[in-house]
Amino acid sequence: MASFKDSIGGSLRQYGIMGALVLVVAFFAVFTNGMLLNPDNVATLILQNSYVLILAIGMVMVIVAGHIDLSVGSLVAFIGGVLGWAVINWHWPWPMAIGLALVVGLLVGAWHGFWVAYVRIPAFIVTLSGMLVFRGLALMIAGVTMAGFDQGFIQISSGKLPQTFFIGNLDGLTLIIGAVGVAGLVFSQLRSRSAQIKHGIATESLGLMIGKLVVISVAIVAVTVRLAEPRGFVPYLLLLIGVLILIYSFVLNRTVFGRHIYAIGGNLNAAILSGINTARTNFMIFVHMGLLSAIAAIVVTSRAGAATAQVGQNYELDAIAACFIGGTAVTGGIGRISGAMVGALIMGVLNMGLSIGKVDPAVQQTIKGLVLLGAVALDLLSKRRAKVA
Amino acid sequence: MNETPILEMNDISMEFPGVKALSEVNFQVRAGEIHAICGENGAGKSTLMKVLSGVHPYGSYSGQVTYKGEACNFRSIRDSEARGIVIIHQELALIPFLSIAENIFLGNERASHGIIDWGQANKQAAELLARVGLAENPSTNIVDIGVGKQQLVEIAKALAKRVELLILDEPTAALNDDDSEHLLNILRLLRDEGVTCIIISHKLGEIIRVADSITVIRDGQVIETLDVVADQADEERLIKGMVGREMNSRFPEHHHNVGEEVFRVEDWTVHHPVDAQRVMVDRANLDIRAGEIVGLAGLMGSGRTELAMSIFGRTYGANISGTVYLRGVPISTHTVELAVRNGLAYVSEDRKRYGLNLIQSVKENKTSAALGKLSKYGVIDKNAETKAANKLKDDLRVKTPTVESPVSKLSGGNQQKVSLAKWVFTDPEVLILDEPTRGIDVGAKYEIYQIINDLATDGKAVLVISSELPELIGICRRIYALSEGRITGVVDRAGATQEYLMNLMTQETKKAS
Repeated sequence: MASFKDSIGGSLRQYGIMGALVLVVAFFAVFTNGMLLNPDNVATLILQNSYVLILAIGMVMVIVAGHIDLSVGSLVAFIGGVLGWAVINWHWPWPMAIGLALVVGLLVGAWHGFWVAYVRIPAFIVTLSGMLVFRGLALMIAGVTMAGFDQGFIQISSGKLPQTFFIGNLDGLTLIIGAVGVAGLVFSQLRSRSAQIKHGIATESLGLMIGKLVVISVAIVAVTVRLAEPRGFVPYLLLLIGVLILIYSFVLNRTVFGRHIYAIGGNLNAAILSGINTARTNFMIFVHMGLLSAIAAIVVTSRAGAATAQVGQNYELDAIAACFIGGTAVTGGIGRISGAMVGALIMGVLNMGLSIGKVDPAVQQTIKGLVLLGAVALDLLSKRRAKVA
Repeated sequence: MNETPILEMNDISMEFPGVKALSEVNFQVRAGEIHAICGENGAGKSTLMKVLSGVHPYGSYSGQVTYKGEACNFRSIRDSEARGIVIIHQELALIPFLSIAENIFLGNERASHGIIDWGQANKQAAELLARVGLAENPSTNIVDIGVGKQQLVEIAKALAKRVELLILDEPTAALNDDDSEHLLNILRLLRDEGVTCIIISHKLGEIIRVADSITVIRDGQVIETLDVVADQADEERLIKGMVGREMNSRFPEHHHNVGEEVFRVEDWTVHHPVDAQRVMVDRANLDIRAGEIVGLAGLMGSGRTELAMSIFGRTYGANISGTVYLRGVPISTHTVELAVRNGLAYVSEDRKRYGLNLIQSVKENKTSAALGKLSKYGVIDKNAETKAANKLKDDLRVKTPTVESPVSKLSGGNQQKVSLAKWVFTDPEVLILDEPTRGIDVGAKYEIYQIINDLATDGKAVLVISSELPELIGICRRIYALSEGRITGVVDRAGATQEYLMNLMTQETKKAS
């Protein structure tokens, strides 16, 4: 009976943050007289927060391993500058410029990784240095705003899935994607459940699983239908982010590299004594963070249609906040990408809801700060209670 | 010296889950004497002192503590310190990057209205340093002085609290002979100034020289209290008291079926990682055969863990020299990865710090040292992982609801099995088990011994490090004794007695004294 209670408690904590997202959405739906849920707002929410979502994917890995990365905002500006230089000044075709940006991202990640992993300087210091260095470099190469990217490049962020056929007044392709998503989710859950039963592992109760699936499926269907409405659309970015989430969730949950990240963050001494190459793992974490920063830079530059050194201020803090709201442990060892994504969306919904409601930006900032504190406090208190019980 | 007791502890009993740590202990200390407590590791010495100093608060034990004729119901260290009872732990409680003076007055600052009077603090610190015979500037940082001097700073810190009863837990374990001698002299001086001392030590020679009375504790019970002069206490008598317990069937039957030599270490020398002059392991030689369980007996601080960890991926020490052979071929164990690849496994004595990731599941802990076996192109086969974890769970009889449960929810014995399972899964040729039964109850110990026997039956070479001599005599075919970093002898099980081993284990310390 105890294990049943544990599993419920664990699930509640795990999904509690999703409940928080639902509450925040419901609150602002009422607060903005339903405007928040307008189809174009739902799509814009993704677009506006695409950079946080992408950066938070990498930041989860960094924080789970017990590090922090303060440089990603500056990196976005710097790599944006590289893009601008390549396309505007050198007249490179934009796909080649994107290739260059990704390579630069990897190199910068390797730079940070080298100092953290092999010289063993705390990541806080290495990336604080990176924050200054790359902001400086960004000012050098993109001190003057560079505009005039070609349409192809702009399409990365503003492009949307073409509307090919309709079911009623809803876009068919969008509905198909949503349906595939729900089917994939149900299939993967059932498959892992049957594998668990085969190996005699206790599973969560069937009712709990079905309930969970129904809630998530309803959410996907609701968003899909909203996006399929005439005024809605599916941005390419949503697909890109979806693919990134899938890839990196796989990396964290299913690969040796991912398991080593959790091992290092959970107990560094035990990881070393288990023969885990902690230096290489730490190095690779920062390389991935560099790559994701480059992707964020491409998206941000594409959205702005220009490269400027001022872009990306405080992006690192947004990404870190998303992780912590999403249940990543400050001390490392615990955290999931899904949690960080929900954390980012909570902040995004807050932003959008408060903006639609014409709340003073100063008040918005204050509210966001309090939400961050409240979310982490709730998480800690619930864990403490679980320990007592 | 005064014959009336300053301290009386009557009928003290204390239980931890599954273990009776203290059983109706009666213990008296006369005012102004140096009173030594000796016993094996785990006999209950430290527990008794923690009761006295309030670390184990009033109510967690039964019995009465009377100090200077008044009952003591200490709830914390603050309460005992207010009465002038100060304990100095084996792990020194000094802050490395603060000065001597700052450390001496830590938590006891020379301040008025929260503002520290540094002139006063440094002046008083200098006086205290003079009392303990330490010629250092009070503004020197703790990191810049040696361990011996740090002990003296601890004593000065106690004096600053107007100590009347000073308790020292293994004060000389980490000191060289000169520093030990100086420390003991300071204790004699303090005694003459009227400070009563209780000292816990493994170094029997030094106890007999410095102490006025000696209490021997074994298995949570007081065996005897000797007046050093009147009773003519000698080491033989102390050792007999410390180890003289009966051996019954606490160990499973096992027949050694020994093959050829698997593991050999030659001329292994290790220096202290910070104090590079200090030799922690001195030209150690040992060998283990296939299917053989070999013991390594050593007291705390003898260099046993240092020997094991320096072999295993050089995770301890500096200036390491010597050669490790596997089946007669020299192998490199420079990194843990190499050591594991070459067939070594090391199960740490401190499973919570060095063995397990407490926030992960049983399964993830078990497979963490050999994920390569379960993955292709870096992708883990989760089904294979679960299967492997379940098999290990059955083989080692780990009691857990499922392998998905967090390892932190398991009992100590089962956690120990998980950390053993983790290394069994790497399928090593040589297993080094450091204190494999520390802190677990008798039943779980028996099961661990069975697992060790099974490993030997499978042809593994097993090295068991322990300070519990009956355990080594009960399960090992041969036992090496380690004293002050030197291997002082190897004994066959048939010829092994605890007295003989204890003599070997203290041989170098006796030579020094």
